Amino acid sequence: MPEIAFPPVDASILAGRDAILSGLAAILPREALIADVAGRRGFETDALTAYRRLPLAVVLPRSTEEIARVMKFCRDSNVNIVPRGAGTSLSGGAIPQEDAIVLGLGKMSRILEINLADRYARVEAGVTNLAISEAVAPDGFFYAPDPSSQLACTIGGNIAMNAGGAHCLKYGVTANNVLGVRLVTIDGEIVDVGGPELAAGGLDLLGLICGSEGQLGVVAEATVRLLRAGEGARPVLFGFDRVEDASRCVAAIIGAGIVPVAIEYMDRLAIEICENFAQAGYPLDVEAMLIVEVEGGEEEMAAELAKITAVAKAHDVRTIRESMSAMESAQIWKGRKSAFGATGRVADYICMDGVVPTGRLPEALGRTGEICAAYGLRVANVFHAGDGNMHPLILYDVNDAAERRKAEDAGADVLRMCVELGGALTGEHGVGIEKRDLMRRQFTDADLAQQMRVRAAFDPRWRLNPAKVFPLDARAA
Amino acid sequence: MTALDSAAEAPADEAEAGRIVREARARGEKLDIVGGGTRLGLGRPAEGARRLSTSRLAGVVFHEPAEMTLRVKAGTPLAVVEAALAAHGQTLPFEPIDHRALYGGAGEPTVGGLVATNASGPRRISAGAARDSLIGLRLVNGRGEAIESGGRVMKNVAGLDLVKLNCGALGTLGLVTEATFKLLPRPQSEATILLRRLDDEAGLAAMTRALASPYGVSGAAWIGPDMGREFSRTILRVEGFPDSVDYRAERLIALNADLGARHALSGEDSQRLWRAVRDAEFLAEPPNRAIWRVSLAPSKAPRFVARLGADALAHFFDWGGGLVWLASEPTEGAAVRLRAALAPLGGHATLIRAPDALRARVDVFEPLNPALASLTRRVKASFDPDGLFNFGRMFAGM
Repeated sequence: MPEIAFPPVDASILAGRDAILSGLAAILPREALIADVAGRRGFETDALTAYRRLPLAVVLPRSTEEIARVMKFCRDSNVNIVPRGAGTSLSGGAIPQEDAIVLGLGKMSRILEINLADRYARVEAGVTNLAISEAVAPDGFFYAPDPSSQLACTIGGNIAMNAGGAHCLKYGVTANNVLGVRLVTIDGEIVDVGGPELAAGGLDLLGLICGSEGQLGVVAEATVRLLRAGEGARPVLFGFDRVEDASRCVAAIIGAGIVPVAIEYMDRLAIEICENFAQAGYPLDVEAMLIVEVEGGEEEMAAELAKITAVAKAHDVRTIRESMSAMESAQIWKGRKSAFGATGRVADYICMDGVVPTGRLPEALGRTGEICAAYGLRVANVFHAGDGNMHPLILYDVNDAAERRKAEDAGADVLRMCVELGGALTGEHGVGIEKRDLMRRQFTDADLAQQMRVRAAFDPRWRLNPAKVFPLDARAA
Repeated sequence: MTALDSAAEAPADEAEAGRIVREARARGEKLDIVGGGTRLGLGRPAEGARRLSTSRLAGVVFHEPAEMTLRVKAGTPLAVVEAALAAHGQTLPFEPIDHRALYGGAGEPTVGGLVATNASGPRRISAGAARDSLIGLRLVNGRGEAIESGGRVMKNVAGLDLVKLNCGALGTLGLVTEATFKLLPRPQSEATILLRRLDDEAGLAAMTRALASPYGVSGAAWIGPDMGREFSRTILRVEGFPDSVDYRAERLIALNADLGARHALSGEDSQRLWRAVRDAEFLAEPPNRAIWRVSLAPSKAPRFVARLGADALAHFFDWGGGLVWLASEPTEGAAVRLRAALAPLGGHATLIRAPDALRARVDVFEPLNPALASLTRRVKASFDPDGLFNFGRMFAGM
């Protein structure tokens, strides 16, 4: 697979840069516009750091009205817009180009309303995922989706990518937990879609907006569901001597009619990296480990764990370690959630996000290992096993261009394999620029054309996050 | 010509459906999609010249119990699906409402109708709506092309999600031919806690307290007096493994001891009561009343009903107050006053049952503001450029 391509830059936009800057300066406060090179550098890439492009300008609006002014201006001036939350996208969803302005939501980080009686919170799009749960935790509530980057990532970005997390096995992903958005269209119109209520009227545009990668409009505010946390929660570590036993155990737990809050999988390399980083107490002498979390009252948790343990024993589990305290539980989750960061300290890596039916996990893990070995690369597997959402971290040396290509090729092979096994290219990271050119593996031309027509219903001239999601040549076709 | 006396086409596969759609498009003929015919009372009256039936698009494509997924063709009767799932101790998570209690009629509800109406019941508060369990679908669009969106895995964010968009679209975007659901284990046990003689405001407070508890309430409803009992009933449901259900039921009773809570129903008795809530059986009679389903922030439910005054002939709450089921006179005036009462509170009202003539005259779904109307129109056109499918069923003129 060739290196990820960028479309040619629109020279007419570049030529008009001065007029664009003065136009933006006229509608925004001085501090909301970044035009200098040093300032723009901070917005040239996201968590897909191998790729970077300097944007034409960066705007950091502080209100929905300011977003609306920017959108209208950009539509009238034919400028491309790349919306951005915290820039934690692993698929390049927030990477701009020279002919685009970055519209950053970082200054819109207020929690506007918390309503525990009606179990929702209304927040600005730049609020971090974790900030919502932290704000309501003292009252026993939480916001369910919990991507590993939840300390940094924003709810706006979560909506754009339909983010998941470890606990969505039971509680669903972003689309299942967002009740409404205030969307600013490319025409600068402010539209409320959904609201605090559980059922909206008309077409489910909210379901469409979740996961649309910033191509339908800019989400300025969101109304999210708050859930009451269980009485208690307890993660348990199950260590296995064989990878196949661990992956079969996942399918067997679910097949037994048990839906734990989370089932996370880590292989030997991932365990070692995370344990070194977080001292979470992971077993270092096993080939694979599952973190299974149950919740409820003491007796309920004990009963559910007994059922899960019986299944694990039937799959030759070697070590079982139950968390004995809140602090221990926190360490266990800290180890898991820092997997990407901890791996980054050991080596450069690309993180894949393919999904397979849970029954195909043993095969998918085996083939992932074979694919990476064939390229002479190491791979660490740490992922949401309960819903089949794999995250192979393919290790490489960023200073070795040939090795980087190999890693990208291996990643693409893994994703093709996921689709072949009946799965999907991406479970929670989004397509971005990274998987754009693999979309034809999962979709027919008619499927893609339908998606693109829906996209054009919102943004007829493709100004919003162009060159993402769809193969570059698809639009012309 | 009404839908019922018009000719029906029943394609046996997507290719044939595509051909029928292309021919209809060439002739400029509108198509009304029908499945089991049990939900035709929902939406504005059909205006099409010809019916397109899913009756020959039937059968389970696969059921993977260990993966908790099911793919099924649109014309498959729901009873067939439920039986296949029950054999493996599984169920559709969202308790799809059966509209026959309100509309009468003898047909069998199908999967396609469930998708078209996003048919969701009391478990919406804990397990989501139909749209939340729907992970993939296939449809034939207004160009006669077969389209797939989503797939068979629990998480999938590749490309735009056209799955949720079509769920609840009342068939206005295309003919859904196949749907894939994620499933849940069928609860092994359930218990219903009863609080008697609370007015709707006190009932709401009790439900809110229960839903703010950590005991995993999967149903919370307030049923008015003279709906099966002479006194009002506030009911709370827990489901799951038997030990867990017993424990949580005890905790909820303790939590509501001040209101005289007691364990009232379990097993089939509990199931029967929640089916009645799901299907709004309490409002079915008399059959000439208009029935409304109003979704709003739960705390506003009693105020909404109070604002209606004498227009609210009977009502009950589901979803912890987040869903108001209400009966009114089947008149334009009552409809206008209901929307006016809701407007300052926010929310969505859907006219679920009324005579054709009334549903043709008033908004059945919450009217769209100009911005949303324009987006809706453009999205519709992106699937169905000539407005072939279920024209006017959702909104007049589209």
